Formats: sequence, C-alpha cells, structure tokens
Amino acid sequence: MSIKPTLANARQDFPILAQTNRSKPLVYLDSASSAQKPRQVTEAMAAFYLNDYANIHRGIYELSERSTTLFEEARTAVANFIHAAHREEIVFVKNTTEGINLVADTFGRAQFKAGDEVLISAMEHHSNIVPWLQLKEQLGIILKVIPITDAGAIDLLAYQNLLSTRTKLVALSHASNVLGTINPVKEMIALAHAKQIPVLLDGAQAIPHMPVDVQNLDCDFYVFSGHKLYGPTGIGVLYAKKTWLDKMPVYQSGGGMIETVSFTDVTYAKAPHKFEAGTPDIAGAIGLHAAIQYVTAIGMPAIYAHEQTLLAYAEEKMAKIAGLRIIGTAKPKLGVISFVMDDIHPHDVGTVLDCEGIAIRAGHHCAMPLMARFNVPAMLRVSFGLYNTEKEIDVMVAAIEQAVKLFNVEA
Amino acid sequence: MSLRELYLEMLVDHGKHPRNFGTLPHASHQHAGHNPLCGDQLLVYLTLTDGLISDIKFEGSGCAISMASASLMSETVKDKTLDEFNHMFSRFHTLVTTGQTNDEDMGKLSIFSGVAEFPVRVKCATLAWHTLQAALAKDPNPVTTE
Repeated sequence: MSIKPTLANARQDFPILAQTNRSKPLVYLDSASSAQKPRQVTEAMAAFYLNDYANIHRGIYELSERSTTLFEEARTAVANFIHAAHREEIVFVKNTTEGINLVADTFGRAQFKAGDEVLISAMEHHSNIVPWLQLKEQLGIILKVIPITDAGAIDLLAYQNLLSTRTKLVALSHASNVLGTINPVKEMIALAHAKQIPVLLDGAQAIPHMPVDVQNLDCDFYVFSGHKLYGPTGIGVLYAKKTWLDKMPVYQSGGGMIETVSFTDVTYAKAPHKFEAGTPDIAGAIGLHAAIQYVTAIGMPAIYAHEQTLLAYAEEKMAKIAGLRIIGTAKPKLGVISFVMDDIHPHDVGTVLDCEGIAIRAGHHCAMPLMARFNVPAMLRVSFGLYNTEKEIDVMVAAIEQAVKLFNVEA
Repeated sequence: MSLRELYLEMLVDHGKHPRNFGTLPHASHQHAGHNPLCGDQLLVYLTLTDGLISDIKFEGSGCAISMASASLMSETVKDKTLDEFNHMFSRFHTLVTTGQTNDEDMGKLSIFSGVAEFPVRVKCATLAWHTLQAALAKDPNPVTTE
C-alpha cells in the first residue's frame, strides 16, 4: 500500500510545503522551532481515531485492548528508536519542557538539598534553566554554568573543574537550539559518572537530526518532544534509567498511576505508569510512532548527511554576504545557523524574508542568557529539516542580499 | 503591499537619522520602554509646560520600525496638549492595527499603515507611544510589550 519514503520524494509527504507565504512559494526554514508533519503521521492519527480509539488500560472490551496495544507499541517503538534497554524506561510527557520539569520535581526534590549544585551550560534553552531556578528558589540549590567559547563550544576544562562533590546533576543540551553545536556529551557523561554524578540530556534539538543511542551515551535521563521529530504537538518523551525511575517519587497523581486506592491509603503503579497520571495523549503517541517509522524508513544517518550538506552549502553562501556574521561556528554542528547583520535589526531582516515567502526565526530563541553571552539583543536563525533543498537556500540568500540593499540606501 | 512601501520612506528619513534623539537634562517627565521579544529599548524624555508637550527627546536602540516610530512621534506630538496626544495615539493605534485612517489626515504617520499587514510588528511601532503615554501618566513601572 504505502511506498517507502525517501529523501528525494519527501516533499510530497508534506502537503503544507506546497503553499504560498505572502504570495511567494513557502520556504520553511524553522524546523528547529517545530517540524512540519508528513501525511503518514496525520493519516495514522486519523485512522486511530476513526477505527481504534478507546481509553487505554481501563476497558475490558476488545476496542480498549486494541487502543492499549497501539499505545504500548508506540512506547516500544520509542525505546527501540533511542536504544533504551527496557521499554519501561520510556515515560510519555507532553514535551521536552514537561520532561525536564518532571525530573526537577521528582528526582530533584527527592535528591537535592540546600547548597547542592546543578550544572548546566551557557547555551541552554530556558526550559533547561527555569526548572532549576525554581529549585534554587524552593530548596536553595545552586545553579552553576559551564562557560562556552566564542565559537560556541563547551569549555571542557572549565566543565571538569566545575564537577565537584556538591554537584548533584549535570543537565545539558545534546545539541544547541541556537548555535547548532553538538556537544561532546559521551565524554562529558563519562567525566560526570567518574564522580557518581548523573546526567540529563535535553535532546529536543538532537533527536530529529541524528541517531541517538542512550545506552551508548550512558545518560541517566534523555528528554525530547515529538513535534520537532515530525510528530504531533502534545507528546514528548522522558527516558530515564530504570534504577532512577524506581527511586523517583510520583509526579502528578490521580487515575492511571495507582495500584490500589482507599480514602486513607494509596499504592502506586510501577514505572512508567507511575508517572503518567490521567488519560494520556494516546493519539499523540500513535502519531509519534508513525513519525519514528517515517524517519527510520528514510534513515537517521541519511537525514543527518542531507542536513550536513545543506549546512555546508548555506554557510558557504552566507559567508559571502557583506555584514553577515554567523554565531556558532564550533563543529560538529547541526543544520542550524544563527546570524546577525551589521546595522540591520533581526526583526527587520525577518520581515523582509517573510515578504519573500521565507519562514525563519528572529528573536532571543528562548535563550536570553546566550544572547547576553554574545552581546546581541536578538538573532536570526535558519534551521533545516529533511525536506529542505539547496534551491530554498538560494532563495533565502537572495532575500538577505535584498535586505542589505534595502537598508543600505543612504539618505 | 511591497516592502518598499513598508520601509523605505521611514527608514531613509527617520530610522537611520532619528529626529529628537538624545536626552533632556531638565525633563519634567521621563520613562523607559522595553520590548523583550526584539530587545528594543527606549527612554523618552519630555517637558510639559502649561499643559503642552513643549519639548521631547528619546534615546535607545531597536529595529527600524521602532526607531522611526519614536522619531516621527517626537516630531508629531511637540507643542500638543495631552488631549491632542491621546487622540493622536488612538488614531495611530487604529492605523497600525487596521491600516485605516478614518479619513483623517495622518500626515507623515500614514507611512505606518503597512504595519497592519505584519501583526507581529505592531509592538515595534507602538512602543514609543506607550512609553510616552506612561511618562505623561507618571506610571511607576517601565513599559514592556510582553
């Protein structure tokens, strides 16, 4: 029935790309914010609602069993996709942000006390800063920050010096949403583990663009969102090693996460159900499963290679634009290019590009401390997905050159 | 709606060479405005004499639309009463959100009508006006668009 998806034919799977934006063909270069969805995902979700939907883990009838099976198959697919040792190590959450909040609220509250340190990096997204600031306010923990170089790489020497007996967790982006930098997380995890410090990886940016093997990395926690991985909004994943999940107290409580309840006592279900109170986003999990099948059929190594080709092509062309400065030049990096223009505010460039049909991000990218680190109020960011082409990069480069011309008119 | 219509006139004339840029050492009112999304920062100073905005200056940094808007506002409101300012702000707000002038002559401000087609840029165009309004009201809090 269905044809195996390929990179060459991928655009046909994304009907949304065939539209215009301000009367020009849409050039979607904002996949780091959220990726578009292939029909395979929306069709799987529609088919589930039309044919297989019932609440899960509750009904004693066939339809509920079928729905439950599909939901749990999605969990298995996620486990296989990131090479988890056990499917029970996959907790469904709504997005990366909730995954990090879950770890902070359960693991953090149970394990941390005043004066303990959580170590993050200078390139973190607000979602991997604010939950720890909450614990700073509430428990008196100390947030320490690993500095980065001007190129946008982790300062590994500084990192080693920051790891101490007070460090109770390292929470780090696998890859930066602004700089694109792919951090040397395997090495950093080994350094932390040598001092018995667990490590959480924010995989929101890495997961759609490169193969991820949580056992090989040996991370303790790995979180990501479905919507950046060509899946639906509202579903995300927290991977945690079973040893941690068994020790972590409950997150939200209610139905679905209990074994027995009376008015005086409660016993909890085992992980992962212990962390999934209430009816979850069942269709979201089905859609995420379809997205994983889609990118797996194309091949994560092939997607990585394609986006690296686009990155090299774009960086070469952009380097030739007068007054354009790329922020984040450390390698290896993902297909993410942040930049600023001499004398032209990012939002003015963004509006010029919008008028040419091009969707890119302009602003602080939910990383205000990183803007301060590079001493800019805002940046522009282009980011690639599996469906982008070199021709689209040509359109973008021409539009940036048009902005330069427009704004350099002398009075 | 072409880009040139949106940008060119105000950019060349005001965005790059803003009028009334600087400080007023003896200002009777001053206020800060901030657009955290864009990083636009403004400080507006004015002197109110006998109910008239007798002098106004601003300083800060931001996108072309916010700078040009502050510049043109400073020219437009000088020697106006508070009632006249409030009326002008109301018309300007209608202009940048709907593109409509209600048949009133908006003068140089009419170049902002194109902003209505770019809803995310309305905050850039109105930051200076909100900041001046807060200055006149002696609002204790800085203006923020978020």
